[in-house]
Amino acid sequence: MESTYILLQQYWWFLVSLLGALLVFLMFVQGGQTLIFNLGKTEAQQKMIINSTGRKWEFTFTTLVTFGGAFFASFPLFYSTSFGGAYWVWILILLCFVLQAVSYEYQSKKGNLLGKKTYQIFLMVNGILAPILIGTAVGTFFNGAEFTVNKEQLTNIAAPVISAWANPLHGLEAAFVFWNVCLGIAVFFLSRVLALLYFFNNINDEEIQFRAQFQLIVNSGLFLVFFLAFLIHTILQTGFAYNPQTGEIFMEPYKYLHNLLAMPVVLAILLIGVILVLYAIGRTIKTFKWNKGIWYGGSGTVLVVLALLLCAGWNNTAYYPSVTDIQSSLTIQNSSSSFFTLKVMSVVSLLIPFVLAYIFYAWRALDLKKITQKEIENSKERTY
Amino acid sequence: MMITSIDISLIDWSRAQFALTAIYHWLFVPLTLGLGFIQAIMETIYYKTGNEFWKRTAKFWMNLFGINFAIGVATGLILEFEFGTNWSNYSWFVGDIFGAPLAIEGILAFFMEATFIAVMFFGWEKVSKRFHLTSTWLTIAGATISALWILIANAWMQYPAGMHFNPDTVRNEMFNFWDVALSPVAINKFFHTVFSSWIVGAVFVVGVSSWYLLKRRERHFALESIKISAIVGLIAVLLSVWTGDGSAYQVAQKQPMKLAAMEGLYRGGNGVGLVTVGFLNPAKKNYQDNINPFLFNIQIPKMLSLLAERDRNAYIPGIADLIDGKYMTNNNTIALSTSEKIAKGQLAIKALSDYRQAVKDKNKEAALQARTQLDKNFAYFGYGYIKNPTDIIPPIGLTFYSFRIMIILGVYFILLFIIGLIWIKKNKFADARGLQWTFLWTIPLAYIASQAGWIVAEVGRQPWAIQDILPTNASISQLATSSVQTTFFVFLVLFTILLIAEIGIMIKAIKKGPNLEDKQ
Repeated sequence: MESTYILLQQYWWFLVSLLGALLVFLMFVQGGQTLIFNLGKTEAQQKMIINSTGRKWEFTFTTLVTFGGAFFASFPLFYSTSFGGAYWVWILILLCFVLQAVSYEYQSKKGNLLGKKTYQIFLMVNGILAPILIGTAVGTFFNGAEFTVNKEQLTNIAAPVISAWANPLHGLEAAFVFWNVCLGIAVFFLSRVLALLYFFNNINDEEIQFRAQFQLIVNSGLFLVFFLAFLIHTILQTGFAYNPQTGEIFMEPYKYLHNLLAMPVVLAILLIGVILVLYAIGRTIKTFKWNKGIWYGGSGTVLVVLALLLCAGWNNTAYYPSVTDIQSSLTIQNSSSSFFTLKVMSVVSLLIPFVLAYIFYAWRALDLKKITQKEIENSKERTY
Repeated sequence: MMITSIDISLIDWSRAQFALTAIYHWLFVPLTLGLGFIQAIMETIYYKTGNEFWKRTAKFWMNLFGINFAIGVATGLILEFEFGTNWSNYSWFVGDIFGAPLAIEGILAFFMEATFIAVMFFGWEKVSKRFHLTSTWLTIAGATISALWILIANAWMQYPAGMHFNPDTVRNEMFNFWDVALSPVAINKFFHTVFSSWIVGAVFVVGVSSWYLLKRRERHFALESIKISAIVGLIAVLLSVWTGDGSAYQVAQKQPMKLAAMEGLYRGGNGVGLVTVGFLNPAKKNYQDNINPFLFNIQIPKMLSLLAERDRNAYIPGIADLIDGKYMTNNNTIALSTSEKIAKGQLAIKALSDYRQAVKDKNKEAALQARTQLDKNFAYFGYGYIKNPTDIIPPIGLTFYSFRIMIILGVYFILLFIIGLIWIKKNKFADARGLQWTFLWTIPLAYIASQAGWIVAEVGRQPWAIQDILPTNASISQLATSSVQTTFFVFLVLFTILLIAEIGIMIKAIKKGPNLEDKQ
């Protein structure tokens, strides 16, 4: 049972990582929201952009919710420690998603109280904050956070709280660690790059595509600067390792580099992902008529993020390190659900390919016809 | 960081925030479930008949559905993550069981909803009629499956089953998934909640359609919409009565204190009557005083015993009995007093502490002893965190009146739908302006009934986050009270603004109407 349990823990870390990777890819919706006014100079163009990402925002939203649910079910100690501790970061993330959830539907509707512009600004706010905050939060997987976990505390009747945050800023302090923010900014520019690639594929409008060409060059450059800086730093930094026999956590120089070398498949995934993203950007810039970039760039993004998250949790690595009390750091062993729960959840997870299949089918059915000005101006069609 | 004590106001603000977000979320979910079902029926008629009228009718209601759905999604997001942000101890203590339904909800329901809602809204001209209809039904199925899993999770908090406590991990762990997923509390709760949501949807459609009739607009559209939704409404309200009885029976079996609060029953007995209408006596401050709990009440003799135990002479414990104990339970055992349960709970907590120490010291004999003590008393574990026996009494007034409001409105809905259907059958509805006004003003009543039901369920089970196992004061996150106060008011302001916006958009869309008159 012990080895099966370990296998299930690894499997669930893979699934959570995959959901995280899909979430980063789907944040092209957020990237698109920040480009509404850059690319759309007329109301019709802005409407085309909003309708392009507006038909996909629920995928991003749902992936975020499922990511949270899956983390709760498989690694509840992370859920209780991070969400309850890094309170302000998570609340800010949630708030900006709340704004997004209503804005697509309400912005063009009469009687919406705040006016169209306000809802479009909400979309901008979500587009900027969500990738930066989520990226910064994920940065703590590599750079640590300030918390303690003490299960004995449950027997203290006056104050039975197990997880405690050691910084009064409750998560906002992560923004003072450069490498966390560096990842956040990289994710932000990546979301814009992916959005641009998506627009090339989804919107049939010459003016928008012309402006997108310039934006793609600028955003790709900025993304690469921040992403490569983070990647190189992470590979070279000292990481948080643990002894699987004793559970003891200790610092290990070049831990993430060691992880990549010890897990060549993960290294291959990372490299293939990077190549796919670079190919998508490079070929689109070279031939702007080519509109398949989103599929290469999206797949590459999923692979890169997946590899990074696997690197953070697999190979005896503490995926949520505590810089306050290193032994409180969370590993996939000490924070996971029970064997039985993981087993039940694994049976449910067999449905995931089926879910992905119908998403692909429905997505394709809707995207077969590109968004055009004619469609947007056709009052018979429902639009945002 | 060493934690020394929990601030009481932090518990209250955390509860207030959860209540606030839950109440707001539940303003939108019933309409999603109810209206979604009705519009899917309308689209099915379009698919079968090919009549464009039904397509445009379905599209009109779908537009209102979309406006409502967006804000429902927004408020629901906060709720899911609040288990972590504000109830972190809870999340660890039962995350092994509670997290699974949430994850399954995400994988099975949310993706289905998110995928097919896009086809439902934007696919009319892009996919076939059959694919579109399937998408509409799958969207509603996704929303309903989502309700199933979150209600399973909620039911488990009311009746924790299929789990055991593991002192090595200091948490409860699931050992039987089906005990969790198919508990009688979960099944009743799910059907009762979904059927009551259909009532909200039906009242909404009949009410809005009545407004068109009052304005002498969209007559054909309104009457056809009323026919379908009144039938759905009547069926739903009758099924709600049936499942409501099942839910109340489960409350009697699993949460007797909640039942006592619902009935304002301080002293129990055999053959207890059901209070149909009553006013609580504000002078009654203590369960031990001899003041009559009611200023006025009308009872149906022996009915509470009959409904709660399926035996008109059965014994039903009151609040005082549950605190003082010493009555004969259904299992033919003498009930413990709350003080005895608190003592046992403290023994369980002490045994857990001893067990952990013994394991650290590698003292197997001491560990075994502590484990035995823990297992013996774990059923009362949560009582160990309760200070005074009276702390287990939920707010009586709120529970009692909410229950009455729900029941009385339920009876009112039955009568109203029956009258509405008779008038439709006699072709008199279009001219029955009094009935039309009544239906229009019934819309807020449907929401009130729905909210009242949840107030009974959630306020009535206080102080428990998980019945008998974990009270709210042992469930929270260690935060500054001011942080929770801040987020409480942020959510209050934000959700209120969005609610006003939602109502404003709805009213504009309704005023604009489906514009079907020229098509008739």
